[in-house]
Amino acid sequence: MRARVFVTLKPSVFDPQGTTVAEALHTLGYPSVSDVRQGKYFEFEVASASAAEVRRIAAEVSDKLLANPVIETYRIEVVDPARV
Amino acid sequence: MTFAIVVFPGSNCDHDAYHAVKHVLGADAEFVWHKDTSLKGADCVVLPGGFAHGDYLRTGAIARFSPVMPEVVRFATSGGPVLGICNGFQILLEAGLLPGAMLRNRSLKFQCEYVRVRVEQTDTPFTRACAAGQVLRVPIAHGEGNYYAEPETVARLEKNRQVVFRYVSESGEATDAANPNGSASNIAGLCNEGRNVVGLMPHPERACELAVGSADGLVLFESVLQAVAGGVRHAL
Repeated sequence: MRARVFVTLKPSVFDPQGTTVAEALHTLGYPSVSDVRQGKYFEFEVASASAAEVRRIAAEVSDKLLANPVIETYRIEVVDPARV
Repeated sequence: MTFAIVVFPGSNCDHDAYHAVKHVLGADAEFVWHKDTSLKGADCVVLPGGFAHGDYLRTGAIARFSPVMPEVVRFATSGGPVLGICNGFQILLEAGLLPGAMLRNRSLKFQCEYVRVRVEQTDTPFTRACAAGQVLRVPIAHGEGNYYAEPETVARLEKNRQVVFRYVSESGEATDAANPNGSASNIAGLCNEGRNVVGLMPHPERACELAVGSADGLVLFESVLQAVAGGVRHAL
């Protein structure tokens, strides 16, 4: 099964890149866009047929490596190719 | 006294550190490859600046899993003096040897300039030869040196006197204008609760001779030389 992990800065942490992107979008003529948060996206295969197991492993590797819990949070999606 | 200078793939201040401690300070120095599992009996460990593993994922995030790191952690927890400079500081944060994390500089620019830092604590092995409140003129060169920790963590660091260096103006004031990267409380360097592990973003090893613009950084290495001579593990 495939896991998708979205890592973003915690809401309480200032995101200088997101702020700069928002300013660029305003310059481009999109004043309605605000609160841009830039993050990282990972996807990977986990050799398991259990969605719960894939989610557990994805959470574990996110805690250990993919995200830094001091500044970042993450959200996990598990994709079962048999159901797509 | 022997310094171990850990070399990661992408370190680029390893030779600066080697030159500073070997040729300027006059101590012994050994390079230790990141895949080594021995610190070669060194009395002090330096994690140098650079871009270990290309700063992939996050600065220091891959380097903290290097085979040498368990040995560095063991050395640190037994009271041995460890200095993390710039990328080395980032590695210490990722390894959990120091609290907090680094964000992009608030300017989003790679800041490469001389700054002034005030020595806030003189009871660490790397600042014991400093005068309290001494201001050092040292260079910075980083894109991610914007120190962040939860406000409660910053308050705890202040209470425990773990803020070792703070960015200050020429007159020694910790103003916002003197803060080159947006770091919380103008923090330029920290120590752990045991006070033997110190990390800082500025480069003292690049400021050890007047010929290169400043010799203010040498005092960190003179300090640890004194500390080791005086038996740092008993003194701290």
